[in-house]
Amino acid sequence: MEEQKWDQSMGGFNAASRSQMAEAAAGGEESQRTLYPYVTGTSVIALKYKDGVIMACDTGASYGSTLRYKSVERIKAVGKHSLIGGSGEFSDFQEILRYLDELTLSDHMWDDGNSLGPKEIHSYLTRVMYNRRNKFDPLWNALILGGVKMGPKGAEKYLGMVNMIGTHFEENHIATGFGNHLAIPILRAEWREDMTFEEAVKLVEKCLLVLLYRDRSSINKFQVAKITTEGATIYPPYSLKTFWGFSHFENPAQGAVGSW
Amino acid sequence: MFRNQYDTDVTTFSPHGRIFQMEYAMEAVKQGAATVGLCSCTHAVLVASNKPASELSSFQRKVFRVADHVGVAFSGLTADGRVLTKFLRNECINHAFVYEAQLPVSRLALRLADKAQVCTQRSWKRPYGVGLLVAGLDETGPHLYYNCPSGNYFEYQAFAIGSRSQAAKTFLERKFEGFNKYTPEQLIKDALSAIKETLQGEKLTSSNCTVAIVGRIEDGTAEPFQVVDTKRIQAIIDSMEAAEEAPAEPSSMQEEDKGSDAAPMDI
Repeated sequence: MEEQKWDQSMGGFNAASRSQMAEAAAGGEESQRTLYPYVTGTSVIALKYKDGVIMACDTGASYGSTLRYKSVERIKAVGKHSLIGGSGEFSDFQEILRYLDELTLSDHMWDDGNSLGPKEIHSYLTRVMYNRRNKFDPLWNALILGGVKMGPKGAEKYLGMVNMIGTHFEENHIATGFGNHLAIPILRAEWREDMTFEEAVKLVEKCLLVLLYRDRSSINKFQVAKITTEGATIYPPYSLKTFWGFSHFENPAQGAVGSW
Repeated sequence: MFRNQYDTDVTTFSPHGRIFQMEYAMEAVKQGAATVGLCSCTHAVLVASNKPASELSSFQRKVFRVADHVGVAFSGLTADGRVLTKFLRNECINHAFVYEAQLPVSRLALRLADKAQVCTQRSWKRPYGVGLLVAGLDETGPHLYYNCPSGNYFEYQAFAIGSRSQAAKTFLERKFEGFNKYTPEQLIKDALSAIKETLQGEKLTSSNCTVAIVGRIEDGTAEPFQVVDTKRIQAIIDSMEAAEEAPAEPSSMQEEDKGSDAAPMDI
């Protein structure tokens, strides 16, 4: 059954795709690949702290340059031990959630004491993303996978990312999209081992604020989520205080020279 | 009496609801050289008795590592066993490739059982003539499974298969309740004692048995599945014999229950 799931997420052979292929072969070639993303989410940031992993992002999804959807949850719990955050094409993120749902469901139904940990899920997603890329039909996302699982030597924290071309790695702090440029420098300077939850939230908010000011596709509505050995918690959305009272904003045309 | 009428192929039931070809396959397991498996709450041990085909030949290898965390020992048509070992290795590797994690032993045993079941329901196939003892370690601890040619599989604390395995089983039945608390050394000792019961008076040496162990030690590090070195086995056998000098226990040698027409014990 797991092979079937694997086949499915690989865009495997079933009645639908066979008819597509027949059409393509017959000369009526309709491109069935993702060429451009349409509805996209912006940055997600995550970092390891004392009790586990914290992840945060805004709740917006843009349609090109329009901030179309403002209450989108881009961080979800996966299984008992992990969180997934996705930026990029939102429909592809939903598809990935569906694959993960099938995976975790059959894992849960085994009921044998074994469960999929964050490392396994990250590895599975890497295989899916890379294989789709090789078919020129990528899932247009950058995914962050974080979690904690009890191992034989205690609680093991895990944080990794994988993107649409299959590049994947593990780190203590990760960001996607604009977060790579704006948040990572802050995280590199200020992240420490074993931060408390409050310290971690403060650091995350610092990064989110910079992203809010400087990333035009971000909105002022954020969700923070954490995963610990007790399970996943996704907090309700909230906004950050911003300051726009700079003198230059008051009369923006003051320095502009014009003849009419 | 009616046995021979319904035993032509595996897709025929007898009037009593038995599939004779499947039972004949299980007989093949009983003809093979004995194999024993034991489990504690930290380790699992497999011991196989090495029976050479003739005085001039070497013995058939019956204990194989399937992955770092799991291995098998089998009795019966060893050629079938080899092929199934290759299948098991493939399953473990494929899982490790996708998930970068070890395949839990129960799920491996299930895949093997499902493969064996296919052969009991196709007219152009025959059942595998080998019984496998699958011993492995996963996050829930060490496990021992017995996979039958019929496609059934069960988890065991301890089990023995092959010829004269009843003697070993009797020995294990007496002692299995204490196994969970055993150290790996004690586990190997009892496994060797169990195999000794199947040798029918022949002397147990490190050259007529193969021992393999897998488990997790106290600090949490896993000890991968590996065959125990012959020198260490000989040392353990010697220490066992030294301990036996005092009271020599009469070994219960019971005749195997062969050829009964009662419903087979699918154990």
